[in-house]
Order: sequence, then structure tokens, then C-alpha cells
Amino acid sequence: MLDLINVSYDTQIPNNVGLSQDKKVLKALEKWHPGYINWWNDLIPRNFQESMVYLRTAVSVDPKGWAKFDYVKMPEYRWGVLLAPQVEDRRIPCGEHYGEPAWQEVPGEYRNMLKRLIVIQGDTEPGSVEQQRFLGLTAPSLYDMRNLFQVNVEEGRHLWAMVYLLQKYFGRDGREEANDMLVRSSGSDEAPRMLGAFNEETPDWLSFFMFTYFTDRDGKMQLESLAQSGFDPLSRTCRFMLTEEAHHMFVGETGVGRTIQATCEAMNKAGITDPYDIDKIRDLGVIDLPTIQKKLNLHYTLSLDLFGNEVSTNAANAFNAGVKGRFMEMRIKDDHKLSDDTYVVRTVKDGAILAEEVPALTAINMRLRDDYVKDAAGGVGRWNKIIEKHGIEFAMALPHEGFHRKIGVFASVSVDPQGNIIPKEEWNAKVKDWLPTKADGDFIQSLMKPCFEPGKFASWISPPKVGIDNKPGDFEYVQLHMA
Amino acid sequence: MNQPLKQHLIDPEICIRCYTCEMTCPEEAIEHDDMNVVVDASKCNFCMDCIPVCPTGSIDEWRVVAEPYSVDEQFEWMELPPQEDLPEADTGLEALDDAMAALLAEAHKGAGGKAKAPASASKPTINLYTIGKPAEAKVQGNYRLTDQDSDSDVRHIILDLGALPFPVLEGQSVGIIPPGTDAEGKPHLPRLYSVSSPRDGERPNFNNLSLTVKREEHGVCSNYVCDLKAGDTVQLTGPFGATFLLPSDHETHLLMICTGTGSAPFRAFTMRRQRENPKLKDTLTLVFGARRPEELPYFGPLGKVPDEFMAKHFAFSRMEGETKHYVQDKLRDEAEKVSKLLQDPKGHIYICGLKAMEQGVEEALKDVARGIGLNWAEIRDKMREDGRYHVETY
Repeated sequence: MLDLINVSYDTQIPNNVGLSQDKKVLKALEKWHPGYINWWNDLIPRNFQESMVYLRTAVSVDPKGWAKFDYVKMPEYRWGVLLAPQVEDRRIPCGEHYGEPAWQEVPGEYRNMLKRLIVIQGDTEPGSVEQQRFLGLTAPSLYDMRNLFQVNVEEGRHLWAMVYLLQKYFGRDGREEANDMLVRSSGSDEAPRMLGAFNEETPDWLSFFMFTYFTDRDGKMQLESLAQSGFDPLSRTCRFMLTEEAHHMFVGETGVGRTIQATCEAMNKAGITDPYDIDKIRDLGVIDLPTIQKKLNLHYTLSLDLFGNEVSTNAANAFNAGVKGRFMEMRIKDDHKLSDDTYVVRTVKDGAILAEEVPALTAINMRLRDDYVKDAAGGVGRWNKIIEKHGIEFAMALPHEGFHRKIGVFASVSVDPQGNIIPKEEWNAKVKDWLPTKADGDFIQSLMKPCFEPGKFASWISPPKVGIDNKPGDFEYVQLHMA
Repeated sequence: MNQPLKQHLIDPEICIRCYTCEMTCPEEAIEHDDMNVVVDASKCNFCMDCIPVCPTGSIDEWRVVAEPYSVDEQFEWMELPPQEDLPEADTGLEALDDAMAALLAEAHKGAGGKAKAPASASKPTINLYTIGKPAEAKVQGNYRLTDQDSDSDVRHIILDLGALPFPVLEGQSVGIIPPGTDAEGKPHLPRLYSVSSPRDGERPNFNNLSLTVKREEHGVCSNYVCDLKAGDTVQLTGPFGATFLLPSDHETHLLMICTGTGSAPFRAFTMRRQRENPKLKDTLTLVFGARRPEELPYFGPLGKVPDEFMAKHFAFSRMEGETKHYVQDKLRDEAEKVSKLLQDPKGHIYICGLKAMEQGVEEALKDVARGIGLNWAEIRDKMREDGRYHVETY
């Protein structure tokens, strides 16, 4: 009997997919493994690789026992292949095959479409680790360092998850795609990562928090949609990945929140009430709220671009084919085919932004982006609660969806954060108030001093309310190896 | 008036609305609006599947309520309401399981009021496993702790949880369900046993725990447990208990008073401190009573704990040719030390053992307090309210 709940450690690769009985795929993965380890080892600075990090390792897909916390050296982390349990008699949840049994093998007609979706998803996983590779050196606390490394090893595992699908279901070209994942590299001139946001730098910790809040949230929405796939192994893979992805959202939301908290506390203490008294606030060793807003603007808009064109036939085809659903497809009450439905999208016509109805099928991306905006707004509300509590008159806000866009209908116009189309020259003149400038970046960089004493935090960020795994405040989340 | 209920809640200040709990809940008891993720009390059956998947720790919140908070009420929350003071109800939340909660309330009665956990104690997990959904553990070992000649048969039982998560803190108890049925043909209810190993396992980082169990004549469960053999499987519920816990603060001084199997939680306390900080000095004092050294559980291993790490005072009541000594006598002998601890805001007192020991110990503490011109009842109440006075007797 195959144990589909507990992880098998009888092979080099922990898994609940019966790898030891699947010699061909096992061999392919074992062949891929050394390249992966090399990639990891070359990536993160040596002394962190040698350090003992208090990490959670997924050991099962049973909700009660899915993860175990312990000290581990990152290169020895048990990356594995874990799929959520198969749902008995699962049906294709959307599109023209709605209601037919879910596919356990790749349907030939959708092979390329599926492969492309998996490759794009897979490519983002190592991309973000590459972007964040040097952040450990400037961690504001051991707690934050641990959270960074947790995010990193889990993105690594998500790469494994996608590579497994490629090796198992896509034969020789699957293997080639899997190898290419380790060839492409974030920000590289010759072979960059596939999506723009994953070639941007993550130069400081505030960027990291914004990235995990906004960009990983796009990842979450994409995983949600892929979890609705009619291709059952992809659905099961993504469902389990979402359990881990939740921690990444947590790191982002609380990281930004704690940064805001430290700023507000320092302002209160110094008796500063004007949030725009930037120089004085910066002298306190914290990041002023307007600069945090600029960082938000940048990361939010880069993430909106990840949703692609508002009206897209690719997305329509994927939905119609049943290979990718909508956010929480199962909970939407309609015919799941969208044959006659319409959906409202914003578009630019004659220099004005207006709403127009288009066939819902072609607006799948737009719908997902709208769900994303709603989801992202939740945390912003929480951040504003912190500012409000400190009696400071300032509110963070998501900029208009047309602001600072490179992809989609808004790419052709200059839109201010309030949603007004303005002349390009005016936009260029004002952009320094909307997006972080080099000077802002330099200032943030100047605060990025490591703080490696257990229980201590850098000046610009406050301690968390609750420790990881209920650990006390001075817990040594990383036992540093500083040879 | 309605019977007070235990209600599962989510802390809206800490929750990040990832909805992982909502997706995991097999009862569809969790829902959300644009602000909060909430639990519908009419659907939640305490299965606990949502607890380990939460990335934030916001999910593990419980309140005892006369009337459950509605879903709509919870949607409006900015923060979690504090536990309301319900005069008739035990709001300590030692267990969700009513029968187990009643047992623990009875065991903690000797403290003279509502038990409170030490301020720096770790947050306990309770009731992860229930009678309906128990955990299965495998017996790794069963060792007799008392002399072969003695009529007292006390056992050290090691249980392996395998891959099952079983997060237990020092001082917590587990329930063991004896197989078979009672006289009325109903399945037996679990019996409670204090865990005698620290949180990281009897052996560090092995997912196992140990119990200290005395065979009672005609005891359904104690005979079952004492007869277990390596390889046997056991049905466990719990963990239970949310107040009789170890302070995490290393500067706290613990006076631990016990008899017989009452030593179980103190073994766990001591091992935890030793593993965490073996160089600590003069923070632990153990007063341990038994009839003879041969009947004092862990007498051998205790001898190996250095005196400067833990001061040990043994009281033997049946030593041939010697006067009878009880734990209260030792407390009086150590009056100077005990009175210092009573006045120290970091001093904690723990009492564990048979109900019969309570009175003598209280009398002795009363005398010590009087000796320094203090009123014992007042000090005791103050200490208990600060989470520094703990009684668990049975």
C-alpha cells in the first residue's frame, strides 16, 4: 500500500507520490537534484548555508501534521514533492469540459498550454530566491532572517513541485524545461526570468516585505486558479503549495506593519505629528510614511502587471479548456462556462478611462486582478489602523490601477495615483513624489544594518506580536555560523 | 441560565486573511468578509484541523461564553474581546472536553481560587485529540521505578507518537483511553496522566513523551497502562492543562513540592531547564516525599542532578529506625529559604501529588508566612493571581 499522507524518505527526495515505484521519474529527478543543489549553494552566502535555521519542513499533507519545526542547515532542508490528497471523483470545474472527470494524465490537445502555465509558474519560484539572496546580510533581526530563509526554502520546494510535474507528465521537453529553470537567472542579460517583476532587484528589507505582500499575493492568486485546474496533479500540487504560501503573505503583511509601527512609535516619542516632516523623522532611524507609500506604489503596480492583458484570448482559452479556473471557482455560483456572460473592464478610449462590458470569457485576467486588488486592500486597511492608533494623520492607499503600468491598456498613457490621465511631462515631473527615488533608496539602504542578537530588532522595525511556533521573544531563530 | 460554552475564535489583529483555515476546515465552519475571518460556533466541532495550518498563530484562541459571539459580531471586531468574567464558570480553559476540564478543575481546587498560568509560560495547545479522534501512540518502553520488593509499583512509560504532531508542554496532561467497556457496556472515559518529559520529547527531538503511572488495585486504566509492553498501541487524548505550566523566564525560582507520581511534572520542568540552560544555579528546589528511597520514583536519576542546579530535600516516612518525615517537615526545616521565596516576585510554588498532602503543606506554608509576619491566605491569593501558586492533586 502506498502511503499517500506521510512523506516517504526512502528515496533521496521526500514525497507522497510513490516515487520509489516510479523509477523513470525518480531517475530524472535524481539527475536534476545535483544541479538544484549547486544552484542553491552558489546562491546564498556561505555562512548562512552553514548556520542552523529554525525552519518548518513540510512532512505530510495531513492538516494536523503537515509541518515540523526544527533547526536545519538550509542545504540539508528536505525539499520534496507533496501533493494534496486526491479528491474522490473530482470533476473538471469550469469551461467546455465542465463536469467531466478530472484528467489524471495530460490531455493531448492542451499539452502545450499546460506546459507553458507550469513553466511560467515554476520560473517565478527560483526567481524570487535569486532576488532575495543577499538580504540575510542585513537582516533586522534573527526572527526576520529566519522568516526570509523560510520563504526561500519554500520557494525552492515550489520549484521542485513544478519540476516534478514537468518530469512526470511532459517527457523529454518537460526535462528540458526543468533544466532551463536552473539556467535562467533573475536580472540576467542573456537569460532573464520570464516575468518582469522577477527581474527587479530586491535591494532592501522593505522591498522584500512589499514583494512578499504584493508580488507573492499574485502568486497566491495564480496558485488558487491553478488549484482549480482540470488537470488533477496540477490542482493537487497547487493546493498544497497554498498552505505554505500563506506564510509568505504573513511575512509581507506583518513586515510592512511592523515597519509602520516603528515609525509611528518613534514619531510619537519625538513628538512629531506631521508625517511629511521627512528629514526629522528619518533622523530617528525609521522610514517616513510617505516613503513607505512610494514603495507600496512601486511593488503594487509591478504586481498588477503580472496579471497580463485585461482582455486576453490566452486566458479565455485556458479557462475554456478547463486547465485554469477563476479565484475560488468552486464557490462561484454560475454555470462555470461563461458562454453568454459579460464582465466590466476598464479601458482607455479617446484619452479617457471608461468601463466597458466585454465577454466574461475574455476578461478572466481582469477578474483575477480585481479579486487581487480586493485581497490586497485588506492589509492596507490594517496598516492604516496602526497609524490611526498612534494619532497620526496619514493613510496608506493603493494607487489607481492605471498608475505606472507597463502591461495592458494603461501602458500607453500616463496616469497619476488618483486615476487621472495626465501629460507625460507632468507625470515625469511628479514621479519623484510617487515612486521611490534614488535618494529614498539610499536612505533606506543606510538603515539596513544587521541586528543579529537574539530578541533585538533594528531601529526601523518593531518586534512581532507573536513568535514563530509560539517561541518566546528572545528565541534564537538562527544559530549563526560566522566562520 | 444556559451552560457556558467554549468558543473557538480567531484574533483579528494577528490574522492576515490568507483563508488557509477556511480551505482546511472540513465542517465549512470558517468564513470571511472583507475584514475578518471568523468561526461559526454552531458548526465548529473542535476538530482542530485548522490549528496547525495557520501561518500566524491567530487561530488558536478560545473563550468561555454564556452566549456564543455570532458571525456578524465577529466581523465587526478590530481586536479580540477579553475573556469575560463568568462567576459560575471555569474560564481557565484547561480543556475543551468537558469531562477533562472538570477533572482538572477538581485537581487545581487546592489552590483556593481560579488557577492562572505563569506570566512567561509558553502558550499551550489543548485538546488537539479527542475521544472521537484520539491519537495513536506506540509504547517504546515500560520500566519499573520502584524496588521489586516494594508493594508500590510505579512505572515509567515511554510513548512514541511517530509522525503525529503532539505538542505538549511540561506540566500538561494527556488522557489515556483504556480499551473495553464499563459495567454499563459503555466505552471507558480517558484517565488523565501528567507528562513527565519535556516539550522536545523524552529523547530530544524524538516525537515521544513519558508518563509516570502507579498501579492502583482494581484501577482499570492504571493496570492497563502498567501492563503495557513495548510495541503495544495506546489511544491518547489531549494535551490538557493550561495553567500548571513552567515559566519560560529563567530567573524565576521554583519550589516544587510532591509525593509519589506527583513528581512527573517536576521531572519535566527540571529536564526542560537543564536542556535549555544547564549552567543555571539555585533556581530550583525540590521537596519530595515517599515512604522509602526504594519507593521514590526517579531516586537514582535525581541523584545525578547537581545540587547547585537543583536543591533536593527528600522526606521519608517509613525508614526503619528513623523518625517519620513528611514534606511539610522539610518545608519547616527550610523556612528561611521558603520565606524568601514567598516574598520574591519571581518565586513560584508548585504542589503535586495526592489530595492528602495538601493540608499538611498548607499548614507548613502558613507557619512559614506567620514566621515573617505575613498572612498566608493573602500571599497565596496574590501569588495565585500572578500565576505563581499552583496545585494539582488527585
